[in-house]
Amino acid sequence: MSVEAIDPGSPGAAEAAVDPTPAPVRSREVIYRHTLLVRLTHWLNALAIVVMLGSGLNIFNAHPHLYWGQTGSEFDQPFLSIGAVETDKGARGLTTIGPLNFDTTGFLGVSTTNGQELHKAWPSWATIPSFQDLADARHWHFLFAWVLAVNGLVYLAWSLLIRHLQRDIWPTLADLGSIPRSIIDHVRLKHPTGEAAKRYNVLQRLAYLGVIALVGLMVLTGLTMSPGFDAFAPWLLDLFGGRQSARSIHFLCASGIVAFVVVHLVEVVLAGPFNEVKSMITGRYAVPRDKH
Amino acid sequence: MTLITRRGALITGLTGSGLALAGCSKTPFGDSLTRSAGFQHVLAEGQAWTLASQRFLLSGGAMAREYSPSDISPRFKANGTLYPSGEDYEDAVNEDFVNWRLTVDGMVRRPVSLSVADVRRLPSRTQITRHDCVEGWSAIGQWTGVPVGLLLRTAGVLPRAKYAVFHCADNLDGEPEKGGMQAPGQYYESLALVDATHPQTLIAHSMNGKPLDVAHGAPLRLRVERQLGYKQAKYVQRIEITDRLSGFYGGKGGYWEDRGYEWYAGV
Repeated sequence: MSVEAIDPGSPGAAEAAVDPTPAPVRSREVIYRHTLLVRLTHWLNALAIVVMLGSGLNIFNAHPHLYWGQTGSEFDQPFLSIGAVETDKGARGLTTIGPLNFDTTGFLGVSTTNGQELHKAWPSWATIPSFQDLADARHWHFLFAWVLAVNGLVYLAWSLLIRHLQRDIWPTLADLGSIPRSIIDHVRLKHPTGEAAKRYNVLQRLAYLGVIALVGLMVLTGLTMSPGFDAFAPWLLDLFGGRQSARSIHFLCASGIVAFVVVHLVEVVLAGPFNEVKSMITGRYAVPRDKH
Repeated sequence: MTLITRRGALITGLTGSGLALAGCSKTPFGDSLTRSAGFQHVLAEGQAWTLASQRFLLSGGAMAREYSPSDISPRFKANGTLYPSGEDYEDAVNEDFVNWRLTVDGMVRRPVSLSVADVRRLPSRTQITRHDCVEGWSAIGQWTGVPVGLLLRTAGVLPRAKYAVFHCADNLDGEPEKGGMQAPGQYYESLALVDATHPQTLIAHSMNGKPLDVAHGAPLRLRVERQLGYKQAKYVQRIEITDRLSGFYGGKGGYWEDRGYEWYAGV
């Protein structure tokens, strides 16, 4: 590969090619993995996601029931409900999903904050603000919705322009063929080394594509809940099967994003948290050596 | 009894906030930010962007979706005031609202005063629309009433006017469980003239083909279909045209707005 062919946006762009100093024998090869824009949008996105999840759960607490269709209120049958019920042993948190009931005392429905038993769907530690306040939670949510959407659009536009998305994220046919092998590697917690570590593996690609799609769905279902935006784009109501369906899909996609974040953080820790976090701050990633 | 319960809840709410403040070291960063005046300005900025973007997207006067009769919710949840307190309203109910007046005044050329019967005789519009509560639930109902735009044209709005303020007969005893420290107060609402004169903005007298019942705002209520439920003021007695909202009650343009909610409730 010639120096001219190397794009700084590519995970394959070798730092060594730019820096003529020969690397010491024991040190690992360092590549320029993340462009400045990817790093900035990543951290801004992380902040926005945290605020959106926390404020979203506070908003959810104002009406902790989910429905399908256009409408849904206390006279309709929700498919998911979180509440508190009084029993002989005191208040218990009850989460109902379809016909199933779960005792979620301590987490959902009934939880304790600063020694005080609170009856609310999501506990204080999970919400922004921690106290129940629909008005302020909505202000947070709609301010950071702008951050999330604008930041996401900048990332998407830039990534398409410099072909980061097409080259580094979009899986190739060969990638797709390697899915079974990649699953086995992930289950065995075996992380790629050497040349293979310079590019995203197929599960990584699919996970990143998936979370981009989830954020897109969050934005669209969020807009569908707005009576004003509905007047502008009523087709959104048809796309998602109604305002209450959109609200439910919004919640399910948020759950998907939480799942992504959990797996993402676990993978960062397993792959070497110092190197991984450093690479998302400085852009420079030390390639794990092949074990010979 | 209800009042005591609500006061009890209010006191609990106050105590809770006090405890949170007392335990400063334990106060989450998000809570400190929420309580800071500076950050509230930042949050208000977000509202300004939302308002500006929806004003732009809806500049063509787009209509809220209208549904078919089969979509009407069998039971339409009533929220907020379910029965206004006080003898005046009780008397009005007993005499079937024959002495109820709807006035349009303030910055107008010809103040208007109408009885409910007058309102029913005016040209009306019937629409089946979805009501979205700020809490998250929705219900579909059919509303019949006179377009507010027609009332305003009749009264002749003066050029410098900007808002229509809707004065209501109900005093809502505060709902602390819905967040923050809320005090009792007279219900009122306000709209920018562009929303007040939208064809789907009505002073409704009927719901699902029958005169409004008390829980849903008898005898007259506001319908403004591209905004949330708390804008749909019930028990409307007076539409006051003005160029500023600062002179009314808490100055934020509505009962819930004075308690922290967005004035423009399009999201």
